[in-house]
Amino acid sequence: MLEIRDVSFELEGDTGPVRILQDINLTLQDHRFYVITGPNGGGKSSLAKIIMGIYQPTSGKILMDGLDITALSITERARLGIGYAFQQPPRFKGITVGGLLRLVNDKNGCGYNFLYDVGLCPKDYVEREVNASLSGGELKRIEIASLLNRKLKIALFDEPEAGIDLWSFSRLTETFRKIHNQYNNTTVIISHQERILELADEIILIAEGKIEQQGDKQKVLPGILKGCDCSKDCLERGEMTDECNR
Amino acid sequence: MNAIDSKLLEEIADLHEIPQGAYNIRKNGEKAGRRSTDNIEIKTKSDRPGIDIIVKPGTKGESVHIPVIITDTGLNDLVYNTFDIGEGSDVLVVAGCGIHNPGKDKARHDGVHNFVIRKGARMRYVEKHYGEGEGTGERILNPKTIVEIEEGGYAELELVQIGGVDSTKRSTEATVHKNGHLIITERMMTAGKQFAESEMIVELVGENAATQIVSRSVAKERSQQMFYPRVAGREKCRGHVQCDAIIMDQAQVRAIPEIAAYHEDAQLIHEAAIGKIAGEQIIKLMTMGLSEQEAEDTILQGFLK
Ligand SMILES: Nc1ncnc2c1ncn2[C@@H]1O[C@H](COP(=O)(O)OP(=O)(O)OP(=O)(O)O)[C@@H](O)[C@H]1O
Ligand SMILES: [Mg+2]
Repeated sequence: MLEIRDVSFELEGDTGPVRILQDINLTLQDHRFYVITGPNGGGKSSLAKIIMGIYQPTSGKILMDGLDITALSITERARLGIGYAFQQPPRFKGITVGGLLRLVNDKNGCGYNFLYDVGLCPKDYVEREVNASLSGGELKRIEIASLLNRKLKIALFDEPEAGIDLWSFSRLTETFRKIHNQYNNTTVIISHQERILELADEIILIAEGKIEQQGDKQKVLPGILKGCDCSKDCLERGEMTDECNR
Repeated sequence: MNAIDSKLLEEIADLHEIPQGAYNIRKNGEKAGRRSTDNIEIKTKSDRPGIDIIVKPGTKGESVHIPVIITDTGLNDLVYNTFDIGEGSDVLVVAGCGIHNPGKDKARHDGVHNFVIRKGARMRYVEKHYGEGEGTGERILNPKTIVEIEEGGYAELELVQIGGVDSTKRSTEATVHKNGHLIITERMMTAGKQFAESEMIVELVGENAATQIVSRSVAKERSQQMFYPRVAGREKCRGHVQCDAIIMDQAQVRAIPEIAAYHEDAQLIHEAAIGKIAGEQIIKLMTMGLSEQEAEDTILQGFLK
């Protein structure tokens, strides 16, 4: 179980501190599947990075199974079983896909089989370098695979579907469902995609640095799918400039 | 052969025992072992220190190891080696120099290697430089490599210096004739107060001659590096120069690639980049459970592979 208590996060901007997240309170239960969604720039990735230890919150606490991990480094959190698949994964000159996946090898025996789960044939990719020669979608798939081959308590995927083609997409959603059921970890996916939202037990809506809404899929999803007028284009919107009717 | 010798030989030539095929081992300025084969002859030069290595035309799949080790302090070793890689042959040459300097005086090896790659011949040349030793004496290596590739010949030079050499000035000169192809990959890592300079000039003189030069380096601490790779295209030809350096701490790196075209159909490209390790890369590896130091080492190791 992961508890986020009263977490706020500020960054130093050009004109003083900028508030990125404000008073976040959130409990992620074991064995549950969460999807975080919300408008661009709302603070989703920032929250994931705070959980991973990449960002330090300005105030508040993070507890994992009752242990205060707020002061732990990224490495220590990783070793406790937190994993984060980047929204924009970095590339590495000279490091092969196989080499990268071998750095973590929790689920022994599976080798590179997790590459199949993200739609890549191991024999074509294991020896390739994770450098600029990989396409954006290939890089994202490898990033996802780098979490699938670990035994994690909390697996955070930041927009894993971004850049993945339509044909592979359903396979990917299947993979998330399967891995979640099989390894019983807490899965958190940040996504804008309806089909990913459908996978969730619970949906968390983050906007303007706050949790706007949180609850069971059945409760939250219909409201989100209805959308708001701010997402219509200007012709549809016409003269209507009222507040969103979320 | 003692433990220090074995360690040096392993570092520079991956040798655990006497190598297969032809070899010549030079230790502290003297011959310490040699074997010629039916196809590869090694003989001592009569006019100056060094050896002639003659590969018979048509020799395929054979190798020559010519490691040099220095374990004395205060030694200044200079050799001239000449390689004649016979027409249509295909061989591997493993050179390299390891210095274990136990004392306070300089230990220095300057090797001048002269290659002729005959018509249609192929050669892969691997040269590793390595230094160690408990003494304060400097370990200095100044290799000079001269390569001539005849029509349709192919040579691949892999030049590696990964640690312990205090000062190095490397010079490489090559001439590539019609349909000849030269690949040079250079890997360099310096630390402490080490200094490394590498200068190259490849002359593409024949039609459809081609070259690729890829240099990757890491400069740590207060070390200094300087790269000066040049390609001149004098016929219809292709040349690509790429210098890529990671800079850390208070190190300094200068990279000055130069391309010069003297023919309308010379296609030459150069790229050079210097930068520190991207923070994102370290963070990514830390999220996989590596410590910051392990992450850095992994990135550098990959980069220099
Ligand atoms: N390192 C940073 N430096 C400056 N601003 C940042 C930084 N990280 C995040 N921000 C700002 O914080 C806000 C939230 O960013 P975040 O990446 O968390 O959004 P997001 O919800 O993940 O958006 P998206 O859907 O576009 O991925 C944005 O306004 C962003 O510009
Ligand atoms: Mg984001």
